[in-house]
Amino acid sequence: MAKKGVKAVTEIADDEVRVPLQAVVLADSFTQKFRPITLEKPKVLLPLVSVPLIDYTLEWLAYQGVEECFVFCCAHANQVTNHLAKSKWRSQPNFSVTPIESHDCVSAGDALRLIEQRGVVRGDFVLVSGDTVSNMSLKEVIKEHQERRKNDKLAVMTMVVKRAKPSPSTFHARLGNDELLLAIDPHSKQLLHYDPGREYGGRDNFQHLPSQRNVLLERSALNDRPSVQLCTNLQDCHIDICSPEVLDLFTDNFDYQQIRRDFVKGLLSDEIMGNKIFTYEIGREYAARVENLRAYDVVSQDVVHRWTYPMVPDIPFGGNTSGMRLERCNVYKGTGLTLSRTSTIGENSVLGSGTEIGEGTIIKRSVIGRGCRIGKNVSIEGCHIWDNVTIEDDAQLQYSVVCDGAIVKAGAVLKPGVVLSFKVVIGPKFVVPAYSKISMMRQPTEEDTSDEELEYADAASGRADSPRPFLDDADSRNGSAAGEVEDVDESGDWDPDEVGETGAGYRWSNRDGSQEEDWRHSVAPIPADKIRELVSAEEEGEIEEADNDFGAAARDSIAGTGVEGDEETEDDEDDFEKEVEGTFLRLAEGTAGVQPEHVVIEVNSLKLAYNKTFADCAGAMFKALANLAWGGSHASAKELLMSTKEIISKWGSLLQKFLKGSDDEHEILLTFEEVCSECHKEFAPLFSQILQVLYDKDIVSEDAILAWAEEKQDADDNDRVFLKQSEPFIQWLKEAPEEDDDEDDE
Amino acid sequence: MGSAMNFQVVVLAGGVSKKLHPLVSKDVPKALLPLGNKPVLSYVLELLETSSLKEIILVVAGEDAALCVSNWVAETVHDRLRVEVIAAPEDSDTADALRSVMHRLTAEDFLVVSGDLVSDVPIGAVAATHRRQGALITALLCNRALLGSSEPGSEKIKLQPVSDIIGLDSTQQHLLYVAPGAEIERDLRVRRSLLRAVGNMEIRTDLVDAHLYAFNRLLVQGVLESRPTIKSIKQDLVPYLVRTQLRLGVPSTTVGSPAEDKDNQHPPSLPDTEVFAQLLRSSQCQHRATASSSPLKCCTYIASKGKFCVRVNSLQAYLDMNREIAGEAIHLTGYEVSSHNNVIHETSQLGWKSTVGPQCMLGEGSTLGERCSVKRSVVGRHCRIGSNVKIMNSVVMDYVTVEDGCTIQNSIICSNANLQERCCLKDCQVGTGYIVTARLELKGEALAKKEKL
Repeated sequence: MAKKGVKAVTEIADDEVRVPLQAVVLADSFTQKFRPITLEKPKVLLPLVSVPLIDYTLEWLAYQGVEECFVFCCAHANQVTNHLAKSKWRSQPNFSVTPIESHDCVSAGDALRLIEQRGVVRGDFVLVSGDTVSNMSLKEVIKEHQERRKNDKLAVMTMVVKRAKPSPSTFHARLGNDELLLAIDPHSKQLLHYDPGREYGGRDNFQHLPSQRNVLLERSALNDRPSVQLCTNLQDCHIDICSPEVLDLFTDNFDYQQIRRDFVKGLLSDEIMGNKIFTYEIGREYAARVENLRAYDVVSQDVVHRWTYPMVPDIPFGGNTSGMRLERCNVYKGTGLTLSRTSTIGENSVLGSGTEIGEGTIIKRSVIGRGCRIGKNVSIEGCHIWDNVTIEDDAQLQYSVVCDGAIVKAGAVLKPGVVLSFKVVIGPKFVVPAYSKISMMRQPTEEDTSDEELEYADAASGRADSPRPFLDDADSRNGSAAGEVEDVDESGDWDPDEVGETGAGYRWSNRDGSQEEDWRHSVAPIPADKIRELVSAEEEGEIEEADNDFGAAARDSIAGTGVEGDEETEDDEDDFEKEVEGTFLRLAEGTAGVQPEHVVIEVNSLKLAYNKTFADCAGAMFKALANLAWGGSHASAKELLMSTKEIISKWGSLLQKFLKGSDDEHEILLTFEEVCSECHKEFAPLFSQILQVLYDKDIVSEDAILAWAEEKQDADDNDRVFLKQSEPFIQWLKEAPEEDDDEDDE
Repeated sequence: MGSAMNFQVVVLAGGVSKKLHPLVSKDVPKALLPLGNKPVLSYVLELLETSSLKEIILVVAGEDAALCVSNWVAETVHDRLRVEVIAAPEDSDTADALRSVMHRLTAEDFLVVSGDLVSDVPIGAVAATHRRQGALITALLCNRALLGSSEPGSEKIKLQPVSDIIGLDSTQQHLLYVAPGAEIERDLRVRRSLLRAVGNMEIRTDLVDAHLYAFNRLLVQGVLESRPTIKSIKQDLVPYLVRTQLRLGVPSTTVGSPAEDKDNQHPPSLPDTEVFAQLLRSSQCQHRATASSSPLKCCTYIASKGKFCVRVNSLQAYLDMNREIAGEAIHLTGYEVSSHNNVIHETSQLGWKSTVGPQCMLGEGSTLGERCSVKRSVVGRHCRIGSNVKIMNSVVMDYVTVEDGCTIQNSIICSNANLQERCCLKDCQVGTGYIVTARLELKGEALAKKEKL
């Protein structure tokens, strides 16, 4: 808010000062899913069909009328700012891009807190990450958001979702993220529940826990709503229209780290503040976030298939100046391409400018960057080959990602899911096993795996700052970086078992057995046997569950209504009563240092711990008193009455501390009845006499007794035993009310 | 159409419901309770008749009650419908009642209807939906808002408390989740696999399960036999079928077999389960071939907004329904409405200055004395009502004697009761043959003669 009015935008729209449409782009995803590539280059600069990811995002924002854009960069911040400085965004009219750098942010939450501190955001803003590819119209959703805000200031955020059915066998969406469960009010579109599945739930292996077979929805979500929609067929586009309050909320809740896991969940569970999130479903428009390698592959193909129009390879936009030509079958060819006559280019492929492709080479469904040299009889299928890559004769590449400057020597084989980071060299005839990740950087040791979500920011940016011409130039515009000599780890102690003879690079091992994750998030298609395995596992579980389920239902029905629930509360009750009694006995037995006030405090804390009411406390306390009275030696009913009287007069004041209203007194009477009829039958004949004592000591008021009497009037005969016994007393109470009132007034 | 549709109907007419005490007794079981001067049961039977569903098995709990009902059936409807009255043990739950008549069912599908349903929803449409969808079960749902809202100009529209939580798919044709009775206050547990199969489930609290279902006979037979713990249709059977519908729909042996395997381990008790399993499979294959290939086998028929669909299963519902029947829902009775918007039988007599307001009924041969006023009430046959009597929002059954100066408000007076002069009843129920002594002022009481033991 500090900078309000710095830029003199004083056009009056309606009754408010018009604020320019702002966007916050997080150019750091704070995750490690693109490792090891992201150790050397930030994710937002990775080329998607030869164009850095962030250019897709910025192009879209500019196109949709965003006027001010703040790009938050953290890891490799200087690379991002350099890229922005060189890009055309600097000179755009009506669209300003301001980088915000930070080196100590470890999460999106930190980033938003920093942005709040800077005070640059003045109104509703678009919050996206720098890896968003979309062509959706923002006008509608922003209008909807603002309309809603006019009526309801608590509608702080509108989340864009898109219909996308997850695979029935692997339960994850096309983009590689897990099945997302949303609960939405179908009328207002308010988001009620957000469950990202296992995405953030740690790396448990794939076997579903029994609880995950069922979706739990709190009953309270249905309160006052005629209907709630549970959806698993929606995909979160990670495009949010936020009100400035969102930043305040991040500042107030300084432990919020991630937008989805912490902020959205926190906000949905916080009923006190009452902030609300709404959803906006897009239909035909495109919106996706490149969150992992699978998403990278899928979005890349979507670009090739022109779903992201106008952001397609043959139309110049943002950083895309390559001037590709579209040919039949979605084949895009750059300028200066050398294509031998006997090579075969399959459909849905992109070949960058200046690339040479040798005799007999077959390329299918792949994206090949600029300045690559591909030899003879090479087979490339489903790969993403970036700039200045050399692939020698007879190599076979399947579903792999090959970064800038890498070399695959003659006859080498890349199995599905391989990632070769920058400048890696694979030796001749070496077979790289599936899902291998090879980098020139050594794998960081296990230092801060405690929070695996965090980008290894310090080390990464540290390296980026080191004077290495390769990294700073490597935004791959003209490929000048090709062929430059790597100056780190030149020792050359590569393991031939990892990269082959004359190869270069370290193979990264999978940490904490995340083998399972490999196939989920890699660019390779999911193997058929994996799918079969999952389907059969699911079916088995389903059968098991069905039987269990039935068991539960049967138990319920046999005992009428919900035995389990009742048992639980009863157990609870017992525990609570025992605790209260124990506390009281410590006082009664005169344990040193125990004062009545202590008991009050302790019982109050028990009340909170067991989620009880004052009535429960009063009841439990009374039971404790009764037990004490009964426990003392007594030969006859008369003695029992005496000792009870004594105890009540001694500790009555303590009991009164928990009597906040006639309801609580009523509870005492009910407890008393229970004691008489169940625990200590000796009290039964004394009921009315003790009742009188309670009345005399002002523990139970006349109103409570009369209310109790009235309630019991309609009960069965069994239940009315004590009422009958007390009838004379009650009669007396009824007949002498004035006198009593007078006493109270005094 | 009836035989072509090949549907049999099981009407669960209940017995002597405790909820309706003191209105019902051995002599007047719930099914014969007069509603708008016609037995409750007649509404269901007429509804079935209009849909040409004429093969009816009427299950009544308790021998005595069954006798009463079958007498009534023999007197009134035997010429139009083929009704077979069967007595189930007293206090048997709905699924047990169904078990007791299972062997009498031969049709491929059958309907189960609650005998206390008052509705104008075309039951034939429910049956047709069931067939069209190739469903294993089809449930009739109606809007909760409908139930209380049809009082014109009433101060407040009473919305019934939430009674069912129902999950539907996006087409609103399939039933994905039901949480009946006691479960509605708990957190919802929705089967994830089911959710996945549909992608999107709408959970509704504004719909009510009307307790009218169409079932596939073989399936239900098998489930009832192999799962003896199922006690209630609504509480156990329907939720079970809905939860497991994905499996029910799969005829493969690997998936559909565990229940059968278990059964095979106890062949003595269930000798014909293997036969059943084969039948079930073949019937499903047939369904698959003829109907949609959807894996969802539990369907719904949602009554359209203007339709009427209420169960008379509580005192309040009974009182409300009588008022509805005399007013908005008069078309259900088939009576002719007078120009004053009420139904007064021609043989009844009104004394000097007595008025019967709109939306009232006055039965055959009843007489009103002087200066009486009847508002929004139903008065039965052959009642003798004295002078200066006020009856408001009440139900007076047959052969009731009300002496001079009584005021009856929001109360139910059963047959043969006698209200002596200047009684004043508010929110009361007076049982059959009870005598209310003169000048008694009562509020919110249930009065009944002690049952002879």
